[in-house]
Amino acid sequence: MTERSAKAGIGASITGWGKCMPPSVLSNHDLEQLVDTTDEWITTRTGIKERRISHVEVSDLAKVASLHALAAAGRAPGDLDLIILATCTGDSIIPSTAAVLQAKLQAWNAAAFDLNAACSGFIYSLVVATNMIKAGTHRTVLVVGAEKLHYHLDFTDRSTCVLFGDGAGAVLVEATDQPIGVLASEIGMDGSAAEILWTPRDGTAGDRDFPRPTECGIRMDGPEVFRRAVTTMGDASVRVIKAAGLELEDVDLLIPHQANVRIIDATARRLGLDPGKVFINIASYGNTSAATIPVALAEAVEEGRVQPGDDIVFAAFGAGLSWGAAVLRWGDRVEPVSVSEAALPPPDRTTMEMLQPNIDFFGQGAGQRP
Amino acid sequence: MDRADIESRLRDVLVSELGLDGAKINLEANFEQDLDVDSLGVVELLMAMEDEFGVKIPDEEAEHIHTVGEAVDLVHTKLNS
Repeated sequence: MTERSAKAGIGASITGWGKCMPPSVLSNHDLEQLVDTTDEWITTRTGIKERRISHVEVSDLAKVASLHALAAAGRAPGDLDLIILATCTGDSIIPSTAAVLQAKLQAWNAAAFDLNAACSGFIYSLVVATNMIKAGTHRTVLVVGAEKLHYHLDFTDRSTCVLFGDGAGAVLVEATDQPIGVLASEIGMDGSAAEILWTPRDGTAGDRDFPRPTECGIRMDGPEVFRRAVTTMGDASVRVIKAAGLELEDVDLLIPHQANVRIIDATARRLGLDPGKVFINIASYGNTSAATIPVALAEAVEEGRVQPGDDIVFAAFGAGLSWGAAVLRWGDRVEPVSVSEAALPPPDRTTMEMLQPNIDFFGQGAGQRP
Repeated sequence: MDRADIESRLRDVLVSELGLDGAKINLEANFEQDLDVDSLGVVELLMAMEDEFGVKIPDEEAEHIHTVGEAVDLVHTKLNS
């Protein structure tokens, strides 16, 4: 249901932003060596040119992105009272990856939990953070989207393995008495069609002794996901813009989930939004699920695409089938208070070496037509 | 709306919304083979047709659309039934 958040009293604004993209690149040309595909085929159908492959764990990507977001806000890990980590590819099942992140940040004053809403995870988490701040129970909340999706990639399935990548983005959300932050939002779910985008039994429902490759990789009905994503992201965006009391012309920037440039283009067309107001960075990173929006937001701020007081619309659609949309009014800060030196250790393996476990488990598809 | 009107409006949608080459569009043109429309493009086509003509095209009817002429016929039937 669409929720209007702009009321008198405590608000919750984004005060810091950061990202961490692992340095190892997997280009479309590299994929031509692994599967029966071409750079031209992938580019025209998805808008993706390359994606990143992580040599570290999700908690490590999340830590570096978080330290950049904290520095941008002029805050220290000890200031945090809550960490929400949006991920569907956490380090382990027990404990939550948010617990691992809390320890890596030494954010000892923060409660922490994971939130799995797949590609909609960042918007879900931003809505939860906003409402906990507005409820008065928390004041300084770190919201992170971090994924290592390459773990699930089956390189015998060329319709999915070209789409996804690894990365992390983070924002700091703080209490404010200004009428800024999330003005209106909507989160939703249609679990009845979950099987059009899923890993069928890659959890405790699977067989630990005989994990089946067909049940562990990401499986997707692309055209059906496309149809639902365009319709849902467009319609939810219209509803939150209206609930915020705004007109389409008031929107300064749309930051959509980056799954496929054709979903983004079709959504923007459906909204009737000027293409110049849509932020797109999918060519460099592919679909990093919960990380796409916070990474794109960090890049939009760094590139000067976000100005004080701007009204920004976020929209996402993903496995579940989950969706979310939000209108966010930006505050005054467009320059970071300080800059963190945090960085990942250099990779100890080549990109292809990092993909070898996938090929060993799922097989390799070069020369095969699925 | 007669077939010629539908064809004309469909042609405009195919060029503006799907970015197809207007010179290649004729009633016999096959979307996948002649116009390079892929699986996502078919979805875009159906959504664009629904928006343009205000009709609903269920999957089982969509499966029978292979050519521009078949798309025109489907819209014509729906608008006149």
